[in-house]
Amino acid sequence: MKSIDEANQDALARMLAGEPHLVDVVPAAQAIPALTDRMILHAGPPIGWERMCGPLRGAVQGIAVFEGWAADLGDAAAKAAAGAFAFAPNHHFGAVGPMTGMTTKSQPLLVVENKTHGNRAYCAINEGLGKVMRFGGNDAEVLDRLRWIARVLGPALGRALRAVGGVALKPLIARGLTMGDEMHQRNVACSSLLLRQLAPALARTAQNADELAACLDFIGRNDQFFLNVAMAMGKALTDPACDIAGSTVVTAMSRNGTDFGIRVAGTGERWFTAPVEMPVGLYFPGFSEKDANPDMGDSAIVETVGLGGFAMAAAPAVVGYVGAGRPSQAAAFTRDMGEIVVGHNPAWTIPAMDFAGVPTGIDIRLVVETGVAPTINTGIAHREPGVGQVGAGVVKAPLKCFEEALVAFAETMGTA
Amino acid sequence: MSVIVNEVRGATYFDSIVLMRISRQVAAMAGVEEAGLMLGTPANKDILRDAGILGPDGEAAEAGDLILALRAKDTAAAATAMAVAKRLLDAPRESIASSGLSVTRTIRNAVREMPDANLALISVPGHFAVAEARKALALGLHVMIFSDNVPLAEEAAVKREAQARGLLVMGPDCGTAIIGGAPLAFANVVPRGDVGVIGASGTGIQEVTCLIARGGRGISHAIGTGGRDLRAEVGAITTLMAIDMLDADPATRDVVLISKPPEAAVARRVLARVAQSRKPFTICFLGAADLALPANARAAATLRTAADASIGRTHARAPASPPHAARGKLVRGLFAGGTFCSEAQIVFAQAGLAAASNVPVPGARALAGARDVHVMLDLGDDEFTRGRPHPMIEPAVRDRPIAAALADPAVGVILLDVVLGFGAHHDPAGQLVGVLGKRDSRPLIIASVTGTDADPQPRSAQVQTLVDAGVIVADSNAEAAELAVTAVGGAP
Amino acid sequence: MDARDAKSQDLLAAAPRVVNVGLEMFASTLAAQGTRVVHVQWSPPAGGDARLAGLLDRLRG
Repeated sequence: MKSIDEANQDALARMLAGEPHLVDVVPAAQAIPALTDRMILHAGPPIGWERMCGPLRGAVQGIAVFEGWAADLGDAAAKAAAGAFAFAPNHHFGAVGPMTGMTTKSQPLLVVENKTHGNRAYCAINEGLGKVMRFGGNDAEVLDRLRWIARVLGPALGRALRAVGGVALKPLIARGLTMGDEMHQRNVACSSLLLRQLAPALARTAQNADELAACLDFIGRNDQFFLNVAMAMGKALTDPACDIAGSTVVTAMSRNGTDFGIRVAGTGERWFTAPVEMPVGLYFPGFSEKDANPDMGDSAIVETVGLGGFAMAAAPAVVGYVGAGRPSQAAAFTRDMGEIVVGHNPAWTIPAMDFAGVPTGIDIRLVVETGVAPTINTGIAHREPGVGQVGAGVVKAPLKCFEEALVAFAETMGTA
Repeated sequence: MSVIVNEVRGATYFDSIVLMRISRQVAAMAGVEEAGLMLGTPANKDILRDAGILGPDGEAAEAGDLILALRAKDTAAAATAMAVAKRLLDAPRESIASSGLSVTRTIRNAVREMPDANLALISVPGHFAVAEARKALALGLHVMIFSDNVPLAEEAAVKREAQARGLLVMGPDCGTAIIGGAPLAFANVVPRGDVGVIGASGTGIQEVTCLIARGGRGISHAIGTGGRDLRAEVGAITTLMAIDMLDADPATRDVVLISKPPEAAVARRVLARVAQSRKPFTICFLGAADLALPANARAAATLRTAADASIGRTHARAPASPPHAARGKLVRGLFAGGTFCSEAQIVFAQAGLAAASNVPVPGARALAGARDVHVMLDLGDDEFTRGRPHPMIEPAVRDRPIAAALADPAVGVILLDVVLGFGAHHDPAGQLVGVLGKRDSRPLIIASVTGTDADPQPRSAQVQTLVDAGVIVADSNAEAAELAVTAVGGAP
Repeated sequence: MDARDAKSQDLLAAAPRVVNVGLEMFASTLAAQGTRVVHVQWSPPAGGDARLAGLLDRLRG
């Protein structure tokens, strides 16, 4: 009978053995056949319309209009309240999405394939900064951009990726870590490396020069472009560890603006939820805590695989940006996360910590014992839909999720 | 009308020494009657309740919460003091990591960081100590439990579990050990040598190891067993294991065993094991007479005699005679070390002088109702240390009893112990001289100084400070007690 | 000498390698004296919640 420690080593090994490749961009309906009309996937654990926060509702309204399931935003809201749409977490369909995380049949999704285990995970393409649907934006400008992404950018990226046979992500991220990225709040290096790798293929497979220029410009101006790639990669790495009996390793952390949810390998698909906490951070000029929306997004999947807040030591510039202290204290964050994990990732190392691997494999037992909760680097959205990002900060996963998970896990082991 | 104010902080933990220092600072503020910052364990709540500073908020606190409690003369003073307490608590402290020390949050991660770790030194509140000890044992570490307030049954259980794994548990309430030359908790700097010590008392170990060092020999290891190891419930598990270890240790030639007198059955077991050894043992069951000893063991009634015997010194050095200015008066012994208090009582009893104490040895009297009698106080006992630092850590808590003794016309001699070494005050002699006042109008002050010249507070300089202030410094606690006997006209 | 005796002899055979749990000053002293030590910045398990701490004890290993 395997011990918990052994099961955890197994879970960690599966996560570390993954070989994620960004292989394609395909319409969501093709990637996820179960995604039918009026199905709206969202970030975070399951939630109904009544409990959704402002930005999430705004996004739902916007995507309903985009897909043609509602005449306008008001109609969309009425239909949502009447139960016309089927809401489900991205996580339940092999997908993830940042912030509001809207995934519906017509959107193009990035496809990451884990060559080691053969599984795939999906995420929509990052819309850019400012007034976008992931912050609840839903006006004509937002929807027009989504249409352009579906019609031009998505297919262009798909052609380029197929032409090069996919992009290996593990070495790209290893390089990004040495260049100041942590893959959650800072993705500029990886975004640049990816564009550099794809540019020739984008050019060769372009339909015309104007579209090529528009695509290069769109990607090139978005420092956070790689975030969505990193997220899909995180999901692709953790899915093979999702159902390991006797393991206390966390396989997902996710928020919907109201609830924070985690999943644990030894309890399979069960969500353990608690109210999200408020991020603590720095605000853009003109904004403050009173404007902030509670924590949102599937992006905590990157912390689940040892990046983001866990790799803060690689990105000292982020520490100041997220208002978490002095850059010289960045290593302290990573060291703290080292207290609650099963091991470290030898493929992703941090120069400033003498090339120590990023702490990987959150163990709920260690979280409960030490009271050290996973630290997540996050953007802060305005609580009003459509305004956009108002700041960046750190947020802790609520201890209650881990405590409940521990009790449930103990019951499955017969030791409650 | 006094005001009690409590604040409770969830899941907050601070080093108890840090908390005590803050408590003392707040308690010293104008208008504050008493203050305590403590973890909300049941034992600590008792302390705060007894001190009259636990309010309803503090009562509701849980074991992992931090209680800030104080009593002040009015609301304004209370509010000011609470604000100061919080400021002191939240003041940024120099990061431990920046001091070069490796830091983790769990024993498990510490062992990951140092895979060849072999000893855990545990000084968390007693309520939690055995659980931590079990974690260490499960990882294959020997354990030293400095913490006290561990229930006797838990001590027995964890020692049995350790024994089954072949691991040693020193303690609970083990204040001193020296293993492989490493000073653990309150230890002195002594040379390595071939005398092994097994002690149920931290200060007993300190006195014996320092006397051996000053006698020109050295210590192989000093193993602490905790004060209750020789109780029937525990059955001498650690003592017997320690004898096995020193017996098998090639570096150990002589062994000294120090304890207060154990129950007969336990004493027999221990002495039977001693008999199986080929090494010479010195047995100091403090104050015990007429022991049936095996051939390889000799008895010593005091720590000084035990140290002398273990290094082959047999003649008793005649102590210098003090002036008889105190003839007919009373002795007041004010001890930081409980073992020294016991030893002094034994010396007095052997000289036929009656003494009373808050921790009376067999044959001595309890304090209650005692009048016109010599008094020996253990100021480190629970009744004096509730919510206050131990006098070994903070000598100032002895100041008031000293002042009271100085002012009492019936007192002719004040007897004191001064303990040096790691964990002790940085200048105990200086601190003591500061409270003693003018020498002409004073009773005789007789002190012993436990330490060596290699200690952080070099002994010779400490002794000089005392001598310059007119204190009579004896070579050992036992000799100090003998000098006190002589000074009041008795015959030691 | 069986395996259990070997462990106890190991303690006296060389300088100890100490895990210090609790009072920081003990770790500082050991480090200053040249003993190898790791300091555990301890806090009550599960924030003092006895039920959760008990669960943790049963789920160790």
